[in-house]
Amino acid sequence: MTTPKLVIDNVGKVFSTKSGKVTALDQTSFTVQEGEFVTILGPSGCGKSTILRVVAGLEEPTTGHVYLDGKEIHGPGPDRGMVFQSYTLYPWLTVKQNITFGLDLKGVPKKQQDEIAQHYLELIGLSGFDKHYPIQLSGGMKQRVAIARALANEPEILLMDEPFGALDAQTRAIMQEILLKVWEESKKTILFITHDVEESIFLGDSIYVMTARPGRLKKNIKVPLPRPRDYQNKSSEEFLALKLELLELIREESLKAVKP
Amino acid sequence: MPDKQRQVITNRVAFLETKIPSYAAVLGITVLLVLWEIVCRLGIVPPLFLPAPTAILTAGWDMLVSGELYEDLAASLVRIGGGYAVGASLGIIFGLILGFSRWTDAILTPIVYSIYPIPKIALLPLIILWLGIGETPKLAIIALGVFFPVVINTFSGVKNVDPMLIKAAVTFGSNHFNVIRKVILPASLPMIFAGLKLAAGTSLLLLVSAEMIAAQQGIGSMVLHYGNLMITTKLMVGVLVLSLLGLTFNRVLQWLERKLVPWK
Ligand SMILES: Nc1ncnc2c1ncn2[C@@H]1O[C@H](COP(=O)(O)OP(=O)(O)OP(=O)(O)O)[C@@H](O)[C@H]1O
Ligand SMILES: [Mg+2]
Repeated sequence: MTTPKLVIDNVGKVFSTKSGKVTALDQTSFTVQEGEFVTILGPSGCGKSTILRVVAGLEEPTTGHVYLDGKEIHGPGPDRGMVFQSYTLYPWLTVKQNITFGLDLKGVPKKQQDEIAQHYLELIGLSGFDKHYPIQLSGGMKQRVAIARALANEPEILLMDEPFGALDAQTRAIMQEILLKVWEESKKTILFITHDVEESIFLGDSIYVMTARPGRLKKNIKVPLPRPRDYQNKSSEEFLALKLELLELIREESLKAVKP
Repeated sequence: MPDKQRQVITNRVAFLETKIPSYAAVLGITVLLVLWEIVCRLGIVPPLFLPAPTAILTAGWDMLVSGELYEDLAASLVRIGGGYAVGASLGIIFGLILGFSRWTDAILTPIVYSIYPIPKIALLPLIILWLGIGETPKLAIIALGVFFPVVINTFSGVKNVDPMLIKAAVTFGSNHFNVIRKVILPASLPMIFAGLKLAAGTSLLLLVSAEMIAAQQGIGSMVLHYGNLMITTKLMVGVLVLSLLGLTFNRVLQWLERKLVPWK
């Protein structure tokens, strides 16, 4: 077995608030392999975003360490690309300028920026929209641009925090297929957070199920579905069996969250 | 389906979507001017109280040709241009600093808010005491009046930047300087422009007041001068020039805003 791409080692997070200490995340350890698509599934408020923010370097963990390619993470950096749940495109930049935001910071020559932008615009199916402003795009299109913006920066790992959470069911299903296509093409390592059982199975090689707050890893499940996948996999027997198992696990935890 | 069952669906919000032809704006003004002219021509109002539009235009032309208008206009333009530029630049810079640093915010914001409500013209005598009678106090009073609306709007523009946009920039490796330049500044531009437009009106008001109180030249002193002499036509030329000045000012700001804030 090769050394893992990402190592989460005993990471825990306690927030101090006016009304006392809140344990958002119990000590958690897991690894992500190079090129792997890992999904984290958990009920609302269990600390999913906290894990991702710690990996992104936006939040210091209270305990533990995060290692990317064997090097410890101490702050944010362009080696980790983040796609947020809320829309975070820059409204004053066009679609293309949004995609090249990180490249511009790195000082990549304009001509090369144009080529990279063109490549990712095609990949997300939005070529011809390069001069549009975010206000002119639908929610799904915005998130696709956000994915392109993160990928264009060529991060070592893509961190996605419920990027399709705000979309309707149909759009979300299509976005999942687009994301899989993009992933197969770019061979990126992806850590993807969701509270949607189907989404976690359809996208992931491996699913980590979390407990209700304070979040802990409850179970790791390898997804037995073949690759490449398309929407028809969602009605296969393995898929449905796994869905049932996960729904049961999540239901237990969600109930705990409602009446502790 | 039989024809009589067909229903016509009316758009109840059609009034919101009606396209108004562009001559509508001109129409209102033209009608007003024509009525005004008729009222004057018929002698319903004596010309001392209200001269006819044509009389004002003729007088304006004469003053333009004789060069009389030029000196006053130039003096006013220098004052308002200089004062506005100084006040607006300082306002934007201070607004950004206040919004960005919590310490300066905590210390300076209360001061800004306590000076803001003072009608700035009341400070003119004090400023003349400090700076003497020349051009500086007039520039200073306009700069002061422009500074406050701009600083307050810039400040709240910075404060209202979506923190997620900043976090996103940080994950791309932006340092502090790039966060300000690439996120905070463009995100607060719409608010900065709101402040600049508000300040445009204030600056015109202060220009005229300051010139009426303490100046030999300028449109404001010209209006007062002809008022005292009861030469209403020339007085009205001054008013006309001021309204054109205000209009141009707004247009320039609008044009600039469309250039710099094209995403709105
Ligand atoms: N800055 C903070 N200060 C105090 N408590 C916080 C802070 N951020 C998060 N928390 C708490 O930590 C817990 C986990 O938060 P987190 O955002 O990681 O949850 P989540 O699993 O992403 O939830 P959701 O599904 O709603 O996005 C929550 O109970 C939340 O109230
Ligand atoms: Mg979350």
